[in-house]
Amino acid sequence: MNLNTSILVKLKNVGFRQNDKWLVKGVSLEVKKGKIVTLIGPNGSGKSTTAKIALGIYKKIEGEVEKYTNKIGYVPQKVSIDWTLPLRVNDFMVLTENLKDEAIDEALSLTGVVHLKNKNLGNLSGGEFQRVLLARAISKKPELLVLDEPVQGVDFTGEIALYELIKKISEELKCGILLISHDLHTVMSATDYVVCLNGHVCCSGSPLDVAKDKEYKALFGEQASQTLSIYEHKHDHVHSNDGDIKKN
Amino acid sequence: MLDDFFIRALIAGIGVAIVTGPLGCFVIWRRLSYFGDTLAHSALLGVTIAFTLEFNIAFSVFIISSIIALILIQLQKKTNLPGDALLGLLAHSSLAVGLVVVGFLTFIRFDIMGLLFGDILAVTINDLITIWIGGALILLVLKLIWKPLFASTVNYELAEAEGLNPDRAKAIFTILMAGIIAISIKMVGLLLITGMLIIPAAMARNLSDNPQKMVLFSIIGGVLSVIIGLFSSLEFNTPSGPSIITASLVLFILSLLKIKQSIQLKN
Repeated sequence: MNLNTSILVKLKNVGFRQNDKWLVKGVSLEVKKGKIVTLIGPNGSGKSTTAKIALGIYKKIEGEVEKYTNKIGYVPQKVSIDWTLPLRVNDFMVLTENLKDEAIDEALSLTGVVHLKNKNLGNLSGGEFQRVLLARAISKKPELLVLDEPVQGVDFTGEIALYELIKKISEELKCGILLISHDLHTVMSATDYVVCLNGHVCCSGSPLDVAKDKEYKALFGEQASQTLSIYEHKHDHVHSNDGDIKKN
Repeated sequence: MLDDFFIRALIAGIGVAIVTGPLGCFVIWRRLSYFGDTLAHSALLGVTIAFTLEFNIAFSVFIISSIIALILIQLQKKTNLPGDALLGLLAHSSLAVGLVVVGFLTFIRFDIMGLLFGDILAVTINDLITIWIGGALILLVLKLIWKPLFASTVNYELAEAEGLNPDRAKAIFTILMAGIIAISIKMVGLLLITGMLIIPAAMARNLSDNPQKMVLFSIIGGVLSVIIGLFSSLEFNTPSGPSIITASLVLFILSLLKIKQSIQLKN
């Protein structure tokens, strides 16, 4: 029985070992309805691994995963599709669930690629394919979205628009989102909860809490402190007319 | 009408082609050509066991091929050998063991050529029933597992993450492969069954831009190959199984013209 119905997935002290090496260890987190939880951390810190544990792709794990939904949309970090398969965008959209034509069109329009509907998947550019991947994940109106670097390869203006879309989707569908992102600025402004990973959980909490954390600064260095200043801009000081900065 | 051996051969061949069409597409998509070969080679062992124990051939081949498939899956998990090496190991050792067992069975007359290349003209009414009922079952099960099997063929992790249980679909598909080999071994023989699976599907790939079309063309190509192959074997007095495969090769070559055309259109 799930007493707390707003929890969609809960990881309890999970870890995964491959060839006697821990890819990630001791991770606990939960994703609730309508909330965006973001995983950040350097390369090889176990972000994608954590997402795959949450999704049940890795099965021989330590710890426990409690999942309270089966309506899941997933955008993997790497998708290698074998082109021996003749596959149009349209066929790819209904890969895991049968959808009405309108639902396909709607999702593809949201990510701005409805014109590619009848194109062969192999002929898309990296950014276009990424948009199709995101459209496919949201088209089935999932309760839980797991997005592993969903905007990689997307042009700069598209990136901002897609992040706004992700935020909008979480509000409209009331779905929970587990997001993996390198873009610290986006993370800090659009996320409800941040988990900073480096093989284990370095620190976690609201974006503001994490940005202040020593371990976070140690991991991300210069960029982190910039993000902090961008994020806190409105809160900790005011600009006077002569350009002076007054602390609150 | 069914008294005529040629009509029986046609009905049997068309039945097999309708089933190998969609299965062959998955064989190509999942890169399982040599897997089909391995199962087919192991079928010889199944046939000899059927003769020794006076068993139904199709049933015996089905059991042995399924066992070989399961052994393969276990070996893949437990050894560091690459998949193709394991396939070669199982294919040739099961063929060899099969032939050795045949050597011991001196008391029965054994048509090795018939086994290797099939003897579609010797198809009986019972064989027809096996092919059409077995084939219908295979297609029905394939339809049931289509979604998870196809999704995991495109991307395993997506299928697994979104709750489609791809491992189960894969295991069932393996059994279906053993099934098609079991029902068609008598017709096309164990050396040519993989040709029946791959060549019409390869031809269909050249003509299609989506999976449904490819399955449809693969079936049509297979059925055409059977009809053309059988009639020409009657006309030119050539062996029937190899004639069917040769006909499918001709269709494949014709399908290359279409590719050439579409490349020219693009330029």
